[in-house]
Amino acid sequence: MVGGLFIIITSQNYLKKVVGLAIFQTAVFVFFVSLAKVLDGTAPILTKMENAYSNPLPHVLILTAIVVGVATSALGLALVLQIYRNYETIEEKEIQSLELKSDKLNV
Amino acid sequence: MFNIFLDDAAALVVVLPLLISAIIAFMPSKIWPWIISLVTLVLHLVLSLHLLKEISISGLIIYEFGNWEPPWGISFKIDGVNIGLQLLFSIFVLVSTFYSRKIFLSEIDSRDSGKAYSLWLLAIGSLNGIILTNDIFNLFVFLEISALASISLIALGAGQNRKALLAAFNYLIIGAIGATFYVIGVGFAYAMTGTLNMNDLVIQLAQYSDGQLAIFAGMSFMLIGLMVKAAIFPVHIWLPPAYSYAPSAVSTLLAALATKTILYFFVRLLYEVFIIYPSYLSLFLDFVLYPLSLLAIFIGTLIAIYQDDIKKLLAFSSIAQIGYITLAFSLKDHSGITSGFIHIFNHALIKGGLFMAVGYFAILYKDRVTLNSLRGFGYKYPITSFALLICGLSLIGLPLTNGFISKLYLFQALYTNQMYFSIALVAVSSALAVAYFWKIVEQMWFSEIKFKSEKEDAYIYLPIWIITVSIIFFGIYSSPIIEFSNLSADYLISGYQN
Amino acid sequence: MSNSFLIILGIITPLFAALFSYICRYNNNLRDSFGIIGGLVTFLISLKIFHGIQNNEIFQITFFTLFDGVDFTFKVSPLGSIFSLVASSLWILASIYTIGYMRGAGEKNQTRFVIFYSIAIHAALAIAWSGNLLVLFIFYEILTFSTFPLVGHKQNAESQSAGRLYLSILVGTSLIFFLPAIFWIWLETGTLDFQDGGILINQFPAEYLSLLIAMLVFGIGKAAIMPIHRWLPAAMVAPTPVSALLHAVAVVKAGVFSFLVVIVYIVGPEFLLQTKSSDWLVWLACFTIMASSIIAITKDDLKTRLAYSTISQLSYIILGAALASSLALKGASFHIITHALAKITLFFCAGAIYVTAHIKKVSELKGMGFKLPLIFFAYTLGALSIIGVPPFIGSWSKFYLIMGSIEREFIIVAIILGISSLLNIYYLLQPVVIGFTKNSIREVKLTKAPLTVWPPVITGLSCLIFFFYANYFLNNVSGVIVS
Repeated sequence: MVGGLFIIITSQNYLKKVVGLAIFQTAVFVFFVSLAKVLDGTAPILTKMENAYSNPLPHVLILTAIVVGVATSALGLALVLQIYRNYETIEEKEIQSLELKSDKLNV
Repeated sequence: MFNIFLDDAAALVVVLPLLISAIIAFMPSKIWPWIISLVTLVLHLVLSLHLLKEISISGLIIYEFGNWEPPWGISFKIDGVNIGLQLLFSIFVLVSTFYSRKIFLSEIDSRDSGKAYSLWLLAIGSLNGIILTNDIFNLFVFLEISALASISLIALGAGQNRKALLAAFNYLIIGAIGATFYVIGVGFAYAMTGTLNMNDLVIQLAQYSDGQLAIFAGMSFMLIGLMVKAAIFPVHIWLPPAYSYAPSAVSTLLAALATKTILYFFVRLLYEVFIIYPSYLSLFLDFVLYPLSLLAIFIGTLIAIYQDDIKKLLAFSSIAQIGYITLAFSLKDHSGITSGFIHIFNHALIKGGLFMAVGYFAILYKDRVTLNSLRGFGYKYPITSFALLICGLSLIGLPLTNGFISKLYLFQALYTNQMYFSIALVAVSSALAVAYFWKIVEQMWFSEIKFKSEKEDAYIYLPIWIITVSIIFFGIYSSPIIEFSNLSADYLISGYQN
Repeated sequence: MSNSFLIILGIITPLFAALFSYICRYNNNLRDSFGIIGGLVTFLISLKIFHGIQNNEIFQITFFTLFDGVDFTFKVSPLGSIFSLVASSLWILASIYTIGYMRGAGEKNQTRFVIFYSIAIHAALAIAWSGNLLVLFIFYEILTFSTFPLVGHKQNAESQSAGRLYLSILVGTSLIFFLPAIFWIWLETGTLDFQDGGILINQFPAEYLSLLIAMLVFGIGKAAIMPIHRWLPAAMVAPTPVSALLHAVAVVKAGVFSFLVVIVYIVGPEFLLQTKSSDWLVWLACFTIMASSIIAITKDDLKTRLAYSTISQLSYIILGAALASSLALKGASFHIITHALAKITLFFCAGAIYVTAHIKKVSELKGMGFKLPLIFFAYTLGALSIIGVPPFIGSWSKFYLIMGSIEREFIIVAIILGISSLLNIYYLLQPVVIGFTKNSIREVKLTKAPLTVWPPVITGLSCLIFFFYANYFLNNVSGVIVS
């Protein structure tokens, strides 16, 4: 979790930021799923035996969250692609210097 | 037949825009997506009015999806707290959709019209979901849908200025971190209570009356996540670029409603759920939210004074205004919450009107609107300029505008809480608001350049004037807004006192 | 005509004048005539109301409720009837003068000028007749905003920065101090209505009254007490008709009028006398009187000198309000009239000298007295009235102020008033003395502008004439305040 956050903050590359975000989110998902684990539990399938089973709700939630996460990553990657098309780089520093230059030109 | 729809009105206000959004996504036509959206939102307004009628009879609607009972199923809740906001939302999205067409036509590729309106409705539906939902995880889903939709809409501004992409990307990263923080908080809460329903959560949390570290951690995570989303200082950094590089119609929608709905949920979480730990709540309000609000008011206003770009100026002023709202909410009493809600209403109208007017100038000027580019616009486009003037005076908070009512009640709330320092600060910052607003007025009317007046587009200035007239109307006849806000405060504060 | 209709008519007449001026913007003569017509109409209405007030009639109209306990309402008080009478009668003369000045000086954008001039008068009348503090505040702000285009009229860098200073001080102080003070009063008493004897007594914590008074006096920046007087000299970049009517009569008088109204009808003189919360203000006012008189001596620019003189004279009124004894209040209210008449005369003359001889500086006036005898005659009348020499109207108000300060046993204040008169003699009469010195250094080409000459002569003479009819006004003033 912290690793992902660290990547987002420190990396200069937009692509790496998206990857960091994905790692961060996945870590949270795993945390969620781990909440559901019941000791000696099995999959929550309705059988005649009365078994201890893991809580299915977090799984369901995380399924939703994964979809959201995928969408976020997809949109992030699409944006990175667009940024690359417009700036021909995805390095934060280079883009900043490009912007500074164009600001100066405008003035 | 229509009754069937009305029975499910609570769900339909959210589902309808989402459904239609999918339908119009790939329409090649330039105009049909707009017309369909408009019709959808008229229906949306009808449904909202129906909800209002229901609420005035029963006082509370809980809509259970698929008839699953609350602790398990997802439910929507409509009560006195959010019905006012729902109405405002419904009316404002209709007006801004009406406004958006000409703006979209000139700012984005017209072939993308279908996609743009698809995203537009997606954002509307999900923001509406934030208002209504009664489930903390469902909220996360709506938060993310609205965020993704608005990010895509912001990125559409790239046709005008490629910085829109960077703004959208930053919003994506920061917003996703915020949302994930929120989910972590939800995880903690769920781990402790086994429920996601807000009403049930209160009941379950009550058993840990002494409070547990895990719960406090979870609460903190949730609050931080929401603060990021609501652009509460100092985690507001995504907001100014996002608002200012988005297409103008999008800025209007986002500035008026996006942060407001999240702020609403933020307050609801504070006063409906976290209320059972008064010591934690007052710790958070007194030592986090209160000082941050003051800083937001002061710093937001100061930065706004030095902005050259008008949309950025308005965005920073939004930061300050969000500060006013959170300041009011941090007061922990009826008057504070009332004034916070009053300002949510009024500021949505004011900022919406301002962004609409500036957006129109942007497409007329065909470039980013800076202070210099506004020269002589007061003569060139008198109708829109005059609307801008009134909205601005309301932002400053002069009498006869709704901004004054906000200020009056904020002062009253601060006074009853004996926060004299805050009163002084609010007074000073509203005087500073004159400074940045007057720079605009000076350029528009009192520069050397003179223009003959030009024809203005009625499709655009009509919605602007609807907002402007409502600003004056609610400045003179303020009781509807005050009553709705009072109602919201009544509901929320009753939890506090019990 | 019913009384409430009179109020509406009086308030909207200037707006109609503005509207018609705009409609007839291509016909200069027609356009400018609406100022005079509007002035006549409002003057007649003000006169009728003035007499009505003397006969204890009630002039009141309520439109709608703004919020709990505060209506949008107009109600003419005796003080207000005086102020409106002064403002409207001088508007007639100022309109005539404006025509002569603006054309003589060849100013641009005359239509805009005329329109905002009328709107400013509208706001001043509405202030005079406002029924509660919030309505007063609304029109106070409208007055500020409507005079901004007039101050920045020339649209060069100097006038723009002056306009900014003007606006930032006036709006800034009103939002930081005045509005919170209004909220405070409302929160404590639940009302903002003007009532005889005030609404604060027994309602407002006496120990905080000094603070409230401070918020009010600094919030009403138009009263130009030091240290918030900077906007007034800055506003002198405006064309002289603005300086004359607005910055000698309408705007600054609206400021001191607001303060006086607050003292008389909101705080209540009795409450003030009990708590002595305004005694500190007496000294601040004295300081302003002395300091601005001294600054005025050093100024060579005639209009700036007059501006500092105005600051000093405004503090007379604040002083009277702060003393709060009945004689002092009488003097203060009366000073609104006397100073208005005299100061507008002086400004008219300064403008007339500028239009005809293009001279702005006192030191360049040598020998001008022989060339412009009528203007200098009017100037002398006005100056003598401000100094307070009998038989000029100004002597009455000064007399009452000195009596008031003795009544409150502020002997030093009486002495300061005396010294201030001496300083007045020096800096106001110096231009006259220079003007009638021979040896004109250079030849000055004179432009004829007869319309700028007669208005000051009329106002100057009326300073003399009304000395004998002072009771006409004084009855109205004392009727209010002593009750």
